[in-house]
Amino acid sequence: MKRARILLDGTVHAAVEEEGRLRLSDGRLVALDGDGPETVTWLPPVEPRTIFALGLNYADHAKELAFKAPETPLVFLKGPNTITGHQASTRRPADATFMHYECELAVVIGRTARDVPRDRAYEVVAGYSVANDYAIRDYLENYYRPNLRVKNRDGCTPLGPWLVDAADVPDPMNLSLRTLVNGRVTQEGSTRDMIFDVPHLIAYLSSIMTLSPGDVILTGTPEGLADVVPGDTVTTEIEGIGSLVNHIVPDSITANR
Amino acid sequence: MQTTSPQGMAQGMAQGMAQGMVYGVILNDRPTLDRLGPALSQPPYGAPPKAPILYIKPYNTHVGNGATVRLPRGAERVEVAATLGLVIGRDATALDEATATDAVAGLRPILDVSLPNPSVYRPPVRERCFDGSCPMGGTLPYAAVAGPEALTLRTLVNGTLAAERSLSDLVRPPARLLAEVTGFMTLRAGDILHLGIALNGPQAGAGDRVRLEIDGFAPLDIAIEDAAAEGETP
Repeated sequence: MKRARILLDGTVHAAVEEEGRLRLSDGRLVALDGDGPETVTWLPPVEPRTIFALGLNYADHAKELAFKAPETPLVFLKGPNTITGHQASTRRPADATFMHYECELAVVIGRTARDVPRDRAYEVVAGYSVANDYAIRDYLENYYRPNLRVKNRDGCTPLGPWLVDAADVPDPMNLSLRTLVNGRVTQEGSTRDMIFDVPHLIAYLSSIMTLSPGDVILTGTPEGLADVVPGDTVTTEIEGIGSLVNHIVPDSITANR
Repeated sequence: MQTTSPQGMAQGMAQGMAQGMVYGVILNDRPTLDRLGPALSQPPYGAPPKAPILYIKPYNTHVGNGATVRLPRGAERVEVAATLGLVIGRDATALDEATATDAVAGLRPILDVSLPNPSVYRPPVRERCFDGSCPMGGTLPYAAVAGPEALTLRTLVNGTLAAERSLSDLVRPPARLLAEVTGFMTLRAGDILHLGIALNGPQAGAGDRVRLEIDGFAPLDIAIEDAAAEGETP
């Protein structure tokens, strides 16, 4: 099942996908994305608790950034201010010269879990979604890199549109990913090329700390980075999980800073 | 492996939503910058930090006064770094330095517990995100404290003074830190931004009792104990 959270007529609704439309929890059936009379606003399909993200988790991407593939997962955390929904706008800072998308498989944890062995890791997964974990490389500094100024900006991590039940994703380690900028494919890869796969990441993180329902792991991105500018429409897609659309806009808040 | 039922998870989610994020800061004290000195211009750092350097203490780390903090498995010692948290009172974006502290509701003693690691090159998830590693004491209203920069933090291990730090050592005092941080990210009501820890802090091991004393605040007391065995409920 594909689950969503939407805003319709001033109310937040849980919804599931049904034959290309949204079945709301109150029974109504509404069209997607402007195909009907209703104006649906997509919210992130989960309200994340702790958000983990992986750097350099695809060998080709590590090479692209001139890094050796890491020996242990390069994990960093993100705050809830970063998360926004499908069809949202993301601001590009006025002084940025290189802002790039990152198409990532998002793993949503469904159970409280500690010390999960790799062969049981999928038991604690509630489902999967698509994330676009933007980075503004101008702000990179070599302290706790990637530092929060690069990776923890408001609305710079669209998530959605769906949370797809884990039961409906038989092999999360064999899904194609791609990013399109204004309809042109700029990034392509497969989750099979992750350096540390989903079971490894769950085992690793749960050996450090307790994982909780609503925790989200953004599993890294393959090669194919490109600068995006205001006016661009960026679509990050993962086979069987969803197609997440985001719009780049100028940053009026930081324009004068 | 331990897991809990959906009922437990709903409760856990609700608790998580009820409190904010805790954002930590390093390299905001002059003694640490002075001590590291030329090393900050060497690899892997290349140049001294420009913007505030933050890290996140996630929900699993948050505990209160009187907590027992378990050592991560395989560790014998942890660092206990004292600081003071700014409890944010309203959503705060792009604050002006002149009025930034208007967004602060309170102040809260924090002992940041971590695995010692001299490197600050990569995000400190293994070092700083284990369960219970962010003990926080009671909150005083911000207006009740004359000025955080005048406060002294005293860390005692088993009753003996192990570290003393005056917050007059801040590179970015509260208003400046708030302005710079909210210049690139929103702090939400209920979030905590701490004023920064000195690196290379005092250490403690199993059986030790650690106390943070700050004049005007109730002491923050924690106990350090051995790791839970794998699979044992801590």
